[in-house]
Amino acid sequence: MNAFIATFMRDFALLWAGGGGALAPLGFFLGATVLVPLAMGPDRALLAAAGPPLVWIAAALAVLATLERLFQADLEDGSLDQLLLSQSPLELIVLAKGAALWCAIGLPLALAGAPAAIALQASPEQIGVIVASLGLGMAAFIGVGLVGAAVSAGVKRGGVLIALIVLPFFAPPIIFGSAVAAGEDVGAALAILAGCALGASALGPLAAAAALRLQAE
Amino acid sequence: MNLAGPFQDKPGVRIEALSLQRGSRRLFDDLSFTAPPGAYVELRGANGAGKTTLLRAIAGYMQPRQGRIVFENTDEPALSLHYLGHLNGLKGAASVRAHVRYWAGLLGGAAMLTDEVLEDVGLTRQAELPARVLSQGQGRRLALARLLIAPRPIWLLDEPAAALDADARRMLGQFVEAHCEAGGVALAAVHEPLGPTPAQSISLGAV
Repeated sequence: MNAFIATFMRDFALLWAGGGGALAPLGFFLGATVLVPLAMGPDRALLAAAGPPLVWIAAALAVLATLERLFQADLEDGSLDQLLLSQSPLELIVLAKGAALWCAIGLPLALAGAPAAIALQASPEQIGVIVASLGLGMAAFIGVGLVGAAVSAGVKRGGVLIALIVLPFFAPPIIFGSAVAAGEDVGAALAILAGCALGASALGPLAAAAALRLQAE
Repeated sequence: MNLAGPFQDKPGVRIEALSLQRGSRRLFDDLSFTAPPGAYVELRGANGAGKTTLLRAIAGYMQPRQGRIVFENTDEPALSLHYLGHLNGLKGAASVRAHVRYWAGLLGGAAMLTDEVLEDVGLTRQAELPARVLSQGQGRRLALARLLIAPRPIWLLDEPAAALDADARRMLGQFVEAHCEAGGVALAAVHEPLGPTPAQSISLGAV
Protein backbone atom coordinates (compact mmCIF):
# COMPACT_ATOMS: atom_id res chain seq x y z
CA MET A 1 0.00 0.00 0.00
CA ASN A 2 2.98 2.26 0.68
CA ALA A 3 4.08 1.80 -2.89
CA PHE A 4 0.62 2.82 -4.14
CA ILE A 5 0.64 6.02 -2.10
CA ALA A 6 4.26 6.83 -2.97
CA THR A 7 3.58 6.39 -6.69
CA PHE A 8 0.39 8.42 -6.53
CA MET A 9 2.07 11.31 -4.69
CA ARG A 10 5.06 11.32 -7.01
CA ASP A 11 3.08 11.21 -10.21
CA PHE A 12 0.68 13.87 -9.00
CA ALA A 13 3.58 16.13 -8.02
CA LEU A 14 5.36 15.53 -11.32
CA LEU A 15 2.24 16.34 -13.33
CA TRP A 16 2.00 19.73 -11.66
CA ALA A 17 5.73 20.38 -11.32
CA GLY A 18 7.06 23.35 -13.23
CA GLY A 19 3.73 24.07 -14.90
CA GLY A 20 4.29 20.84 -16.81
CA GLY A 21 1.97 18.06 -17.86
CA ALA A 22 -1.29 19.10 -16.25
CA LEU A 23 -1.72 22.63 -17.57
CA ALA A 24 -1.39 21.88 -21.27
CA PRO A 25 -4.48 19.61 -21.61
CA LEU A 26 -6.48 21.95 -19.41
CA GLY A 27 -5.53 24.90 -21.60
CA PHE A 28 -6.33 22.92 -24.71
CA PHE A 29 -9.75 21.98 -23.40
CA LEU A 30 -10.67 25.50 -22.32
CA GLY A 31 -9.24 27.02 -25.46
CA ALA A 32 -11.07 24.67 -27.78
CA THR A 33 -14.45 24.96 -26.06
CA VAL A 34 -14.31 28.72 -25.64
CA LEU A 35 -13.27 29.28 -29.25
CA VAL A 36 -16.23 27.31 -30.61
CA PRO A 37 -18.88 30.00 -29.92
CA LEU A 38 -16.58 32.60 -31.44
CA ALA A 39 -16.23 30.54 -34.59
CA MET A 40 -19.88 29.51 -34.88
CA GLY A 41 -21.45 32.86 -34.22
CA PRO A 42 -24.05 33.86 -31.67
CA ASP A 43 -26.89 31.59 -32.81
CA ARG A 44 -28.09 30.17 -29.47
CA ALA A 45 -30.01 27.23 -30.89
CA LEU A 46 -27.09 26.11 -33.02
CA LEU A 47 -24.66 26.37 -30.10
CA ALA A 48 -26.93 24.52 -27.72
CA ALA A 49 -27.19 21.66 -30.21
CA ALA A 50 -23.53 21.50 -31.21
CA GLY A 51 -22.08 22.36 -27.79
CA PRO A 52 -22.41 19.14 -25.77
CA PRO A 53 -20.70 16.90 -28.34
CA LEU A 54 -17.93 19.47 -28.72
CA VAL A 55 -17.24 19.51 -24.97
CA TRP A 56 -16.80 15.76 -25.02
CA ILE A 57 -14.63 15.68 -28.11
CA ALA A 58 -12.37 18.38 -26.66
CA ALA A 59 -12.14 16.43 -23.38
CA ALA A 60 -11.26 13.18 -25.16
CA LEU A 61 -8.57 14.84 -27.26
CA ALA A 62 -7.13 16.63 -24.22
CA VAL A 63 -6.70 13.29 -22.43
CA LEU A 64 -5.26 11.68 -25.55
CA ALA A 65 -2.51 14.30 -25.66
CA THR A 66 -1.28 13.36 -22.17
CA LEU A 67 -1.06 9.63 -22.79
CA GLU A 68 1.96 9.39 -25.08
CA ARG A 69 4.56 10.21 -22.44
CA LEU A 70 2.80 8.47 -19.56
CA PHE A 71 4.84 5.26 -19.62
CA GLN A 72 7.29 6.16 -22.37
CA ALA A 73 9.15 8.50 -20.02
CA ASP A 74 9.39 5.73 -17.42
CA LEU A 75 10.72 3.31 -20.00
CA GLU A 76 13.33 5.74 -21.29
CA ASP A 77 14.73 6.88 -17.95
CA GLY A 78 14.81 3.46 -16.30
CA SER A 79 11.98 4.11 -13.83
CA LEU A 80 9.97 1.22 -15.28
CA ASP A 81 12.65 -1.25 -14.12
CA GLN A 82 12.11 -0.01 -10.59
CA LEU A 83 8.31 -0.18 -10.85
CA LEU A 84 8.69 -3.88 -11.66
CA LEU A 85 10.62 -4.43 -8.43
CA SER A 86 8.02 -2.64 -6.34
CA GLN A 87 6.54 -4.03 -3.16
CA SER A 88 3.08 -3.87 -4.69
CA PRO A 89 1.95 -5.67 -7.83
CA LEU A 90 2.53 -3.68 -11.01
CA GLU A 91 -1.25 -3.57 -11.56
CA LEU A 92 -1.63 -1.55 -8.38
CA ILE A 93 1.22 0.78 -9.35
CA VAL A 94 -0.43 1.40 -12.73
CA LEU A 95 -3.72 2.07 -10.95
CA ALA A 96 -1.89 4.63 -8.78
CA LYS A 97 -0.52 6.34 -11.88
CA GLY A 98 -4.00 6.40 -13.41
CA ALA A 99 -5.49 7.80 -10.21
CA ALA A 100 -2.83 10.51 -10.12
CA LEU A 101 -3.60 11.37 -13.73
CA TRP A 102 -7.31 11.60 -12.92
CA CYS A 103 -6.70 13.88 -9.93
CA ALA A 104 -4.15 16.07 -11.72
CA ILE A 105 -5.86 16.31 -15.11
CA GLY A 106 -9.25 14.57 -15.11
CA LEU A 107 -10.70 16.44 -12.15
CA PRO A 108 -9.55 19.96 -13.18
CA LEU A 109 -10.77 19.24 -16.69
CA ALA A 110 -14.19 18.14 -15.42
CA LEU A 111 -14.42 21.35 -13.39
CA ALA A 112 -13.36 23.33 -16.44
CA GLY A 113 -16.41 21.78 -18.06
CA ALA A 114 -18.51 24.34 -16.15
CA PRO A 115 -17.21 27.47 -17.94
CA ALA A 116 -17.11 25.49 -21.18
CA ALA A 117 -20.77 24.53 -20.80
CA ILE A 118 -21.69 28.15 -20.06
CA ALA A 119 -19.85 29.32 -23.15
CA LEU A 120 -21.84 26.78 -25.13
CA GLN A 121 -25.22 27.98 -23.86
CA ALA A 122 -26.00 25.12 -21.48
CA SER A 123 -28.73 25.98 -18.99
CA PRO A 124 -27.47 26.67 -15.44
CA GLU A 125 -29.21 23.65 -13.89
CA GLN A 126 -27.42 21.36 -16.34
CA ILE A 127 -23.93 22.46 -15.33
CA GLY A 128 -23.64 20.28 -12.23
CA VAL A 129 -24.63 17.19 -14.17
CA ILE A 130 -22.22 18.00 -16.97
CA VAL A 131 -19.31 18.37 -14.54
CA ALA A 132 -20.19 15.07 -12.84
CA SER A 133 -20.50 13.27 -16.15
CA LEU A 134 -17.16 14.67 -17.32
CA GLY A 135 -15.53 13.41 -14.11
CA LEU A 136 -16.83 9.91 -14.79
CA GLY A 137 -15.94 10.14 -18.45
CA MET A 138 -12.37 11.16 -17.59
CA ALA A 139 -12.01 8.05 -15.44
CA ALA A 140 -13.19 5.92 -18.36
CA PHE A 141 -10.86 7.69 -20.79
CA ILE A 142 -7.88 7.32 -18.48
CA GLY A 143 -8.59 3.64 -17.71
CA VAL A 144 -8.63 2.82 -21.41
CA GLY A 145 -5.80 5.24 -22.09
CA LEU A 146 -3.49 3.40 -19.67
CA VAL A 147 -3.63 0.38 -21.97
CA GLY A 148 -2.86 2.38 -25.09
CA ALA A 149 -0.03 4.20 -23.33
CA ALA A 150 1.46 0.94 -22.06
CA VAL A 151 1.26 -0.86 -25.40
CA SER A 152 2.93 1.99 -27.29
CA ALA A 153 5.48 2.96 -24.60
CA GLY A 154 8.35 1.57 -26.64
CA VAL A 155 7.27 3.20 -29.89
CA LYS A 156 8.87 6.47 -30.88
CA ARG A 157 6.15 9.02 -31.63
CA GLY A 158 3.55 6.48 -30.59
CA GLY A 159 0.79 9.09 -30.40
CA VAL A 160 -0.89 7.86 -33.57
CA LEU A 161 -0.75 4.27 -32.35
CA ILE A 162 -2.31 5.28 -29.04
CA ALA A 163 -5.10 7.11 -30.87
CA LEU A 164 -5.82 4.04 -33.00
CA ILE A 165 -5.92 1.73 -29.99
CA VAL A 166 -7.83 3.99 -27.67
CA LEU A 167 -10.31 6.03 -29.71
CA PRO A 168 -12.72 3.15 -30.46
CA PHE A 169 -13.03 2.59 -26.72
CA PHE A 170 -13.64 6.29 -26.16
CA ALA A 171 -16.88 5.94 -28.14
CA PRO A 172 -19.23 4.70 -25.36
CA PRO A 173 -18.35 7.43 -22.83
CA ILE A 174 -18.59 10.05 -25.58
CA ILE A 175 -22.02 8.82 -26.68
CA PHE A 176 -23.49 8.70 -23.20
CA GLY A 177 -21.64 11.79 -22.02
CA SER A 178 -23.07 13.79 -24.89
CA ALA A 179 -26.51 12.44 -23.99
CA VAL A 180 -26.07 13.75 -20.45
CA ALA A 181 -24.89 17.13 -21.72
CA ALA A 182 -27.82 17.34 -24.11
CA GLY A 183 -30.21 16.59 -21.27
CA GLU A 184 -31.58 13.33 -22.68
CA ASP A 185 -32.41 10.64 -20.14
CA VAL A 186 -29.76 11.93 -17.74
CA GLY A 187 -30.11 9.32 -14.98
CA ALA A 188 -29.66 6.31 -17.22
CA ALA A 189 -26.81 7.88 -19.16
CA LEU A 190 -25.00 8.77 -15.93
CA ALA A 191 -25.39 5.20 -14.70
CA ILE A 192 -23.92 3.84 -17.91
CA LEU A 193 -21.07 6.35 -17.71
CA ALA A 194 -20.33 5.24 -14.17
CA GLY A 195 -20.27 1.66 -15.44
CA CYS A 196 -17.79 2.61 -18.17
CA ALA A 197 -15.63 4.41 -15.61
CA LEU A 198 -15.58 1.50 -13.16
CA GLY A 199 -15.00 -1.10 -15.85
CA ALA A 200 -12.18 0.85 -17.47
CA SER A 201 -10.42 1.63 -14.20
CA ALA A 202 -10.67 -2.00 -13.08
CA LEU A 203 -9.60 -3.67 -16.34
CA GLY A 204 -7.29 -0.98 -17.72
CA PRO A 205 -4.54 -1.41 -15.11
CA LEU A 206 -4.56 -5.20 -15.56
CA ALA A 207 -4.03 -4.98 -19.30
CA ALA A 208 -1.59 -2.10 -19.03
CA ALA A 209 0.56 -3.95 -16.49
CA ALA A 210 0.75 -6.99 -18.77
CA ALA A 211 1.88 -4.79 -21.64
CA LEU A 212 4.47 -3.04 -19.46
CA ARG A 213 6.03 -6.34 -18.40
CA LEU A 214 6.69 -7.04 -22.07
CA GLN A 215 8.13 -3.56 -22.57
CA ALA A 216 10.81 -4.17 -19.96
CA GLU A 217 12.30 -7.07 -21.91
CA MET B 1 26.82 3.53 7.36
CA ASN B 2 23.21 2.79 7.05
CA LEU B 3 23.07 -0.69 5.70
CA ALA B 4 20.34 -2.98 6.85
CA GLY B 5 21.34 -5.52 9.40
CA PRO B 6 22.35 -9.04 8.49
CA PHE B 7 20.12 -10.77 6.00
CA GLN B 8 19.01 -13.58 8.25
CA ASP B 9 17.46 -15.83 5.64
CA LYS B 10 20.74 -16.18 3.72
CA PRO B 11 19.54 -15.66 0.18
CA GLY B 12 21.62 -16.86 -2.74
CA VAL B 13 21.43 -17.04 -6.51
CA ARG B 14 22.17 -20.14 -8.57
CA ILE B 15 22.46 -20.09 -12.35
CA GLU B 16 21.95 -23.46 -13.98
CA ALA B 17 22.95 -24.16 -17.58
CA LEU B 18 21.67 -20.80 -18.71
CA SER B 19 21.59 -19.80 -22.37
CA LEU B 20 20.66 -16.29 -23.34
CA GLN B 21 20.14 -14.49 -26.58
CA ARG B 22 19.54 -10.91 -27.49
CA GLY B 23 17.24 -10.72 -30.48
CA SER B 24 18.41 -13.53 -32.73
CA ARG B 25 22.02 -13.35 -31.54
CA ARG B 26 23.20 -16.00 -29.10
CA LEU B 27 25.17 -14.46 -26.25
CA PHE B 28 26.33 -17.50 -24.32
CA ASP B 29 25.38 -21.11 -23.76
CA ASP B 30 25.38 -23.31 -20.72
CA LEU B 31 26.45 -20.80 -18.09
CA SER B 32 26.37 -22.12 -14.53
CA PHE B 33 27.55 -20.56 -11.32
CA THR B 34 26.41 -20.06 -7.76
CA ALA B 35 26.47 -16.86 -5.76
CA PRO B 36 26.18 -18.01 -2.13
CA PRO B 37 25.10 -15.68 0.69
CA GLY B 38 27.68 -13.01 1.36
CA ALA B 39 29.39 -13.38 -2.02
CA TYR B 40 30.46 -10.59 -4.28
CA VAL B 41 30.55 -11.94 -7.85
CA GLU B 42 32.18 -10.05 -10.65
CA LEU B 43 30.89 -10.40 -14.22
CA ARG B 44 33.44 -9.59 -16.86
CA GLY B 45 33.38 -9.63 -20.61
CA ALA B 46 33.86 -7.49 -23.66
CA ASN B 47 31.18 -5.01 -24.78
CA GLY B 48 28.26 -7.01 -26.10
CA ALA B 49 29.23 -10.19 -24.26
CA GLY B 50 25.87 -10.29 -22.50
CA LYS B 51 26.55 -8.88 -19.03
CA THR B 52 23.54 -6.58 -19.06
CA THR B 53 21.29 -9.26 -20.54
CA LEU B 54 22.36 -11.71 -17.84
CA LEU B 55 21.66 -9.22 -15.07
CA ARG B 56 18.28 -8.32 -16.57
CA ALA B 57 17.41 -12.00 -16.84
CA ILE B 58 18.28 -12.52 -13.18
CA ALA B 59 16.18 -9.48 -12.29
CA GLY B 60 13.26 -11.21 -14.01
CA TYR B 61 12.79 -8.66 -16.79
CA MET B 62 13.17 -11.36 -19.42
CA GLN B 63 12.63 -15.08 -19.49
CA PRO B 64 15.61 -17.27 -20.43
CA ARG B 65 15.04 -19.66 -23.32
CA GLN B 66 17.07 -22.40 -21.68
CA GLY B 67 18.41 -23.01 -18.24
CA ARG B 68 17.21 -21.83 -14.87
CA ILE B 69 17.78 -19.00 -12.46
CA VAL B 70 17.16 -20.20 -8.93
CA PHE B 71 16.82 -17.98 -5.90
CA GLU B 72 17.62 -19.73 -2.66
CA ASN B 73 15.76 -18.81 0.51
CA THR B 74 13.65 -16.10 -1.07
CA ASP B 75 9.98 -16.45 -1.85
CA GLU B 76 9.56 -13.38 -4.00
CA PRO B 77 12.71 -12.68 -6.02
CA ALA B 78 11.39 -9.36 -7.32
CA LEU B 79 11.02 -8.13 -3.74
CA SER B 80 14.49 -9.19 -2.63
CA LEU B 81 16.61 -7.67 -5.36
CA HIS B 82 17.87 -4.31 -6.47
CA TYR B 83 18.66 -3.64 -10.10
CA LEU B 84 21.00 -0.76 -10.86
CA GLY B 85 21.14 -0.48 -14.64
CA HIS B 86 22.73 1.98 -17.05
CA LEU B 87 19.73 4.26 -16.58
CA ASN B 88 19.45 5.90 -13.21
CA GLY B 89 15.65 6.14 -13.18
CA LEU B 90 15.55 9.82 -12.24
CA LYS B 91 12.87 12.41 -12.99
CA GLY B 92 14.33 15.82 -13.78
CA ALA B 93 11.58 17.78 -12.06
CA ALA B 94 11.68 15.91 -8.73
CA SER B 95 14.16 16.87 -6.01
CA VAL B 96 16.96 14.62 -4.82
CA ARG B 97 15.22 14.13 -1.49
CA ALA B 98 11.87 13.37 -3.18
CA HIS B 99 13.55 10.58 -5.14
CA VAL B 100 14.87 8.86 -2.05
CA ARG B 101 11.56 9.20 -0.20
CA TYR B 102 9.72 7.82 -3.22
CA TRP B 103 12.01 4.79 -3.44
CA ALA B 104 11.53 4.15 0.24
CA GLY B 105 7.79 3.86 -0.42
CA LEU B 106 8.05 2.00 -3.71
CA LEU B 107 10.72 -0.52 -2.79
CA GLY B 108 10.09 -0.85 0.92
CA GLY B 109 12.31 1.21 3.18
CA ALA B 110 12.14 3.76 5.95
CA ALA B 111 11.63 7.25 4.52
CA MET B 112 12.86 8.74 7.79
CA LEU B 113 16.37 7.50 6.97
CA THR B 114 16.45 9.72 3.87
CA ASP B 115 18.86 12.26 5.34
CA GLU B 116 21.30 9.59 6.51
CA VAL B 117 21.28 7.92 3.12
CA LEU B 118 21.87 11.23 1.35
CA GLU B 119 24.82 11.82 3.63
CA ASP B 120 26.18 8.34 2.85
CA VAL B 121 26.14 9.01 -0.88
CA GLY B 122 27.41 12.57 -0.44
CA LEU B 123 24.39 14.46 -1.71
CA THR B 124 23.35 16.29 1.44
CA ARG B 125 24.08 19.71 -0.07
CA GLN B 126 22.10 18.84 -3.21
CA ALA B 127 19.08 17.45 -1.32
CA GLU B 128 16.64 20.14 -2.44
CA LEU B 129 17.88 20.47 -6.01
CA PRO B 130 15.84 19.05 -8.87
CA ALA B 131 17.49 16.00 -10.40
CA ARG B 132 17.88 17.65 -13.79
CA VAL B 133 20.67 19.92 -12.53
CA LEU B 134 22.74 17.00 -11.20
CA SER B 135 25.89 15.98 -13.06
CA GLN B 136 26.19 12.45 -14.44
CA GLY B 137 28.20 11.35 -11.44
CA GLN B 138 25.82 12.96 -8.96
CA GLY B 139 22.91 11.26 -10.71
CA ARG B 140 24.71 7.96 -10.29
CA ARG B 141 25.26 8.69 -6.60
CA LEU B 142 21.55 9.32 -6.26
CA ALA B 143 20.79 6.00 -7.95
CA LEU B 144 23.10 4.32 -5.42
CA ALA B 145 20.96 5.80 -2.65
CA ARG B 146 18.27 3.37 -3.79
CA LEU B 147 20.42 0.45 -2.66
CA LEU B 148 20.73 1.93 0.81
CA ILE B 149 17.23 3.24 1.49
CA ALA B 150 15.49 -0.08 0.81
CA PRO B 151 17.37 -3.00 2.34
CA ARG B 152 17.26 -5.89 -0.11
CA PRO B 153 19.58 -8.88 -0.06
CA ILE B 154 20.46 -9.28 -3.74
CA TRP B 155 22.16 -6.45 -5.62
CA LEU B 156 22.43 -6.60 -9.41
CA LEU B 157 24.77 -3.83 -10.49
CA ASP B 158 25.42 -3.01 -14.12
CA GLU B 159 28.67 -1.05 -14.37
CA PRO B 160 27.84 0.67 -11.10
CA ALA B 161 30.97 2.84 -11.14
CA ALA B 162 30.13 4.51 -14.46
CA ALA B 163 30.59 8.29 -14.21
CA LEU B 164 31.66 8.12 -10.55
CA ASP B 165 34.72 10.01 -9.33
CA ALA B 166 37.48 8.39 -7.26
CA ASP B 167 35.81 9.20 -3.93
CA ALA B 168 32.48 7.83 -5.04
CA ARG B 169 34.11 4.66 -6.38
CA ARG B 170 35.71 4.06 -3.00
CA MET B 171 32.34 4.72 -1.37
CA LEU B 172 30.62 2.24 -3.71
CA GLY B 173 33.29 -0.37 -2.90
CA GLN B 174 32.53 0.11 0.79
CA PHE B 175 28.79 -0.25 0.21
CA VAL B 176 29.30 -3.53 -1.62
CA GLU B 177 31.72 -4.79 1.03
CA ALA B 178 29.36 -3.93 3.88
CA HIS B 179 26.43 -5.46 2.00
CA CYS B 180 28.24 -8.76 1.54
CA GLU B 181 29.48 -8.77 5.16
CA ALA B 182 25.84 -8.47 6.20
CA GLY B 183 25.10 -11.64 4.25
CA GLY B 184 23.83 -10.05 1.05
CA VAL B 185 24.76 -11.05 -2.48
CA ALA B 186 26.19 -8.62 -5.02
CA LEU B 187 26.56 -9.38 -8.72
CA ALA B 188 28.29 -6.64 -10.62
CA ALA B 189 29.18 -6.28 -14.28
CA VAL B 190 32.46 -4.38 -14.24
CA HIS B 191 35.36 -3.42 -16.47
CA GLU B 192 37.57 -2.15 -13.64
CA PRO B 193 37.80 -3.81 -10.21
CA LEU B 194 35.23 -2.35 -7.86
CA GLY B 195 37.27 -2.53 -4.68
CA PRO B 196 36.25 -5.57 -2.66
CA THR B 197 37.89 -8.84 -3.63
CA PRO B 198 35.38 -10.86 -5.63
CA ALA B 199 34.50 -14.32 -4.38
CA GLN B 200 34.48 -15.32 -8.01
CA SER B 201 34.89 -13.71 -11.35
CA ILE B 202 32.71 -14.93 -14.21
CA SER B 203 33.97 -14.32 -17.72
CA LEU B 204 31.35 -14.00 -20.38
CA GLY B 205 32.70 -14.54 -23.85
CA ALA B 206 30.85 -14.18 -27.11
CA VAL B 207 29.90 -17.60 -28.50
